[in-house]
Amino acid sequence: MMLIDCPHCGPRNENEFGYGGEAHVAYPENPAELTDKEWSRYLFYRGNKKGVFAERWVHSGGCRKWFNALRDTVSYEFLAVYGAGEAQPEIQQLQGGTR
Amino acid sequence: MANDTLIKNETRVSPAAHLYQEMADASVPGALSLSEVAFSTKVSVRCAPGSAGFDAVATATGVGLPQKVGEVRGEVDTVAVLWLGPDEFLVAAPEDAQLAAKLDQTLGENPGQVVDLSANRSVLELTGAKAPLVLRKSCPADLHPRAFAVNHAITTSLANIPVLLWRTGEESWRIMPRASFTEHTVRWLIDAMIEFRTETI
Repeated sequence: MMLIDCPHCGPRNENEFGYGGEAHVAYPENPAELTDKEWSRYLFYRGNKKGVFAERWVHSGGCRKWFNALRDTVSYEFLAVYGAGEAQPEIQQLQGGTR
Repeated sequence: MANDTLIKNETRVSPAAHLYQEMADASVPGALSLSEVAFSTKVSVRCAPGSAGFDAVATATGVGLPQKVGEVRGEVDTVAVLWLGPDEFLVAAPEDAQLAAKLDQTLGENPGQVVDLSANRSVLELTGAKAPLVLRKSCPADLHPRAFAVNHAITTSLANIPVLLWRTGEESWRIMPRASFTEHTVRWLIDAMIEFRTETI
């Protein structure tokens, strides 16, 4: 069981959280002008990065708020949590952190 | 519509009313006691901190609104406000039919909402020195006094269902599951209390 650091509630068990996929996927400016291929790219195509990955989480078993997190997809280590809509923080130290 | 759909005040039934005797039988004198706090008023308030609505409602409750996780403003016997989220609060009070209307009027046209949720959750009260041991069987939250002081309340899970857990006193806890989970929670707690009926060997 992972401990995830909710920005509002502090560290809580993983099973209180829901996963929301990749973060920072912007809604297209003019969806009506997109081709089917571009629209499908927006809807269905996501990064599958090995290493530090920015993703969305929701604390459904607690404050019910969405937030973003940087997680290492190899070690499952959470490197940073930050608010929804905030810019992705720079990660200097890749070792340690809140495991 | 038939008149029998109208339920008068005198005939209303609380979610754990039919379990009254079983809860009394499961209680261990001097160590554990489980009971229901029936028909208390609970009002959900949603408004963003820093907004005019927040300030207005905070004044109207008489005890303010909590601003961080776990914080409870006020007291269990009068009126208390529990923190559910950064912009979501639960005002808990003994039965007070006017409370929701009063807070709603205070919020006025400001962004936010005030909803009477009295029937949404049932309130179970677990008291006694062994209460933390019973809760710890199925609650993942840190219940150590260092992390869970008196008059601290969090949203957590108990018996595999989401509940609001509120420590109302040194040895008393309030458990608030959704009303439809009341029977499940009560039976789970009764089962967890069985071992404390006999003396420790």
